Amino acid sequence: MRILVVEDDKDVAGFVVRGLKEAGHVVEHADNGRDGLFLAVSEPFDAIVLDRMLPGGIDGLKILETLRGQKNATPVLILSALADVNERVKGLKAGGDDYLTKPFAFAELLARVEALSRRGKAEGPTTKLVVEDLEMDLLSRQVKRGGQKIDLQPREFRLLEYLMRHAGQVVTRTMLLEGVWDYHFDPQTNVIDVHVSRLRQKVDKPFPVPLIQTIRNAGYTLRAERA
Amino acid sequence: MPPPRRFHYFHSAGIRFAATYAGLLAVSGAALAMFLWWATAGLLDRQTEAAIATDALGLSERWADGGLRSLVSAIGDRLAGNVDDDAVYLLADSSYAQVTGNLDRWPPSMRQSGQFYELQVVRGGMRSLARVQAYDLPQGYHLLIGRDVVVRSQLRQLLTDALLWAMVIVCGLAWIGAFVVRDMFRRTLASVSDTAQAIAAGDLTQRVRLTGRGDEFDQLAEVINDMLDRIGRLMEGVRQVSNAIAHDLRTPIARARTRLEDASLHAESPADLHAAIERATADLDGIVAVFQALLRIAEIEAGSRRAAFARVDLSPPLAGVAELYEAVAEARGVTLETNLPDRAPIFGDAALVQQAVANLVDNAVKFSPDGGTATLSVRVRPSGIEIEVTDRGQGIPADERQKATQRFYRGEAARHTPGSGLGLALVQAVAQLHGGTLRLEDAAPGLRAVLNLPQSAGVVTI
Repeated sequence: MRILVVEDDKDVAGFVVRGLKEAGHVVEHADNGRDGLFLAVSEPFDAIVLDRMLPGGIDGLKILETLRGQKNATPVLILSALADVNERVKGLKAGGDDYLTKPFAFAELLARVEALSRRGKAEGPTTKLVVEDLEMDLLSRQVKRGGQKIDLQPREFRLLEYLMRHAGQVVTRTMLLEGVWDYHFDPQTNVIDVHVSRLRQKVDKPFPVPLIQTIRNAGYTLRAERA
Repeated sequence: MPPPRRFHYFHSAGIRFAATYAGLLAVSGAALAMFLWWATAGLLDRQTEAAIATDALGLSERWADGGLRSLVSAIGDRLAGNVDDDAVYLLADSSYAQVTGNLDRWPPSMRQSGQFYELQVVRGGMRSLARVQAYDLPQGYHLLIGRDVVVRSQLRQLLTDALLWAMVIVCGLAWIGAFVVRDMFRRTLASVSDTAQAIAAGDLTQRVRLTGRGDEFDQLAEVINDMLDRIGRLMEGVRQVSNAIAHDLRTPIARARTRLEDASLHAESPADLHAAIERATADLDGIVAVFQALLRIAEIEAGSRRAAFARVDLSPPLAGVAELYEAVAEARGVTLETNLPDRAPIFGDAALVQQAVANLVDNAVKFSPDGGTATLSVRVRPSGIEIEVTDRGQGIPADERQKATQRFYRGEAARHTPGSGLGLALVQAVAQLHGGTLRLEDAAPGLRAVLNLPQSAGVVTI
């Protein structure tokens, strides 16, 4: 993936760029708004990580608005210290696809950027999700694994659907909270783990190969465990 | 440099009010005087004119009946029969020479007929004032009919004088009244102004004195005092937060720092170093979470979220909370019983209420004993929505309940459970934002938290 990082803080930028490269992505970096805007409009990217407060007279929201004004639909993750609900809404309204507040864990950033790039590709209306021998029919709302029907509660269904749509990618607990429960705050207890473990009971336990994997310090991913 | 303010009287609201008062009093005094004048002197004038008109009608009938002779005799009769001796008649020929009547000669200034004149006349050798009207008769005769009005004019003069004096007195009273109004104004505002000055100087304990009359100024004073109370509470909150940051955040920061320093000095292998760094990162994440919770509470307390209030149904988001925690409760061997109505409408912020209730349920599940039961029940009352969360744990001792909603307060029983001590503070803030209350009660055993949210904004539609 080709990713543009627009971030003026040297430490944060260096950390993000290094991490994304280690994860196998091609990364361009701009440390001010002007260069960021120039790169964003002149070169194709799969995703943009955008800081909001930037030097150079052009701030992150301005870049975003300009991009969207030019019908450029590159997925944008806004990365900002402005954590207010209002600020978040402002960022998403300006055309941001996701909003992550500083300080952040790199695993969270990586997971969200990779999830974004998937969203960028127009998938068209899918009616069926398939991961390994797990099948989900979105119309009849039926789940089968190895031909065997699995009964799921509505919320378990949505949780599994989210995992399947991001199959092979890491999804963090906050992504699940936001994507499945539409919660934008952090419940103090780790409720997500409980729900995932319930889902595991139904989806993985009766079968020889577990599909839902825990990624330490990050979250979960749906894929067959390969030795 | 701005020009010095000239003549500060124009800037005084007291003077403006006083001047308005004086002006109003003068205008109403003048209006009263004019009405009195119209009702007395004016009435007398109108009576005189009516009498003259009646006379003229009678005499013209006599002329029509018997011509000049009949008119002359009628005038003679009327003069003889005039007890008050105030009638004035003069019948003159075409050259204005007297034919009969009690005036010696036709007044030279009077040429227009059909119009009232008020003029000096000489009657029986006496100068007097009369109100007269002339009529033209056929054959060039002229008839003058009038009434002596010297008495009435004296009365009118008296009345005019009295009213003028009254106006002078009214003006004087208005002037005095204006000063009284200004002084009242100054005195009343002095209390507000003194209080504001004291507050500005840093003494937040000052309050505006109430006169106890319950008037507009008292209402203003009450509003100001309410505002000061609120400012006081906010200041207290700020102080609490800074104290809390000083004490409660120091500990985890110190721990993270110690871990890092210890690792940098004593780590024997890269694995040790990694482990120490990871633990320190987790510590820092915890500190960030506390900061976020603090900021969120501050944001809620600032009241800016009120702009986003809307009519919402709490039922779906609360069902979401129940569903989210039901699994957690089950994993802990606790039963979470829920009792939700089909609809629970309020005017507010559903996401905030959801978070508040999530905190309460989280606590209830956390403090429930193994195999215990926690309940979340929501009732729709005429006054609003009542959300009750009960657990069968140790509860909070009565003397700690008041403090339980303070930031960072952690009860004895909660010392050894994970948490930041900010959960109930957030619930309290959300309750206050919605104009509601959070009540903590003894569920014997356990804790019952009751969150009351009014169906405010006066719109209750179910």
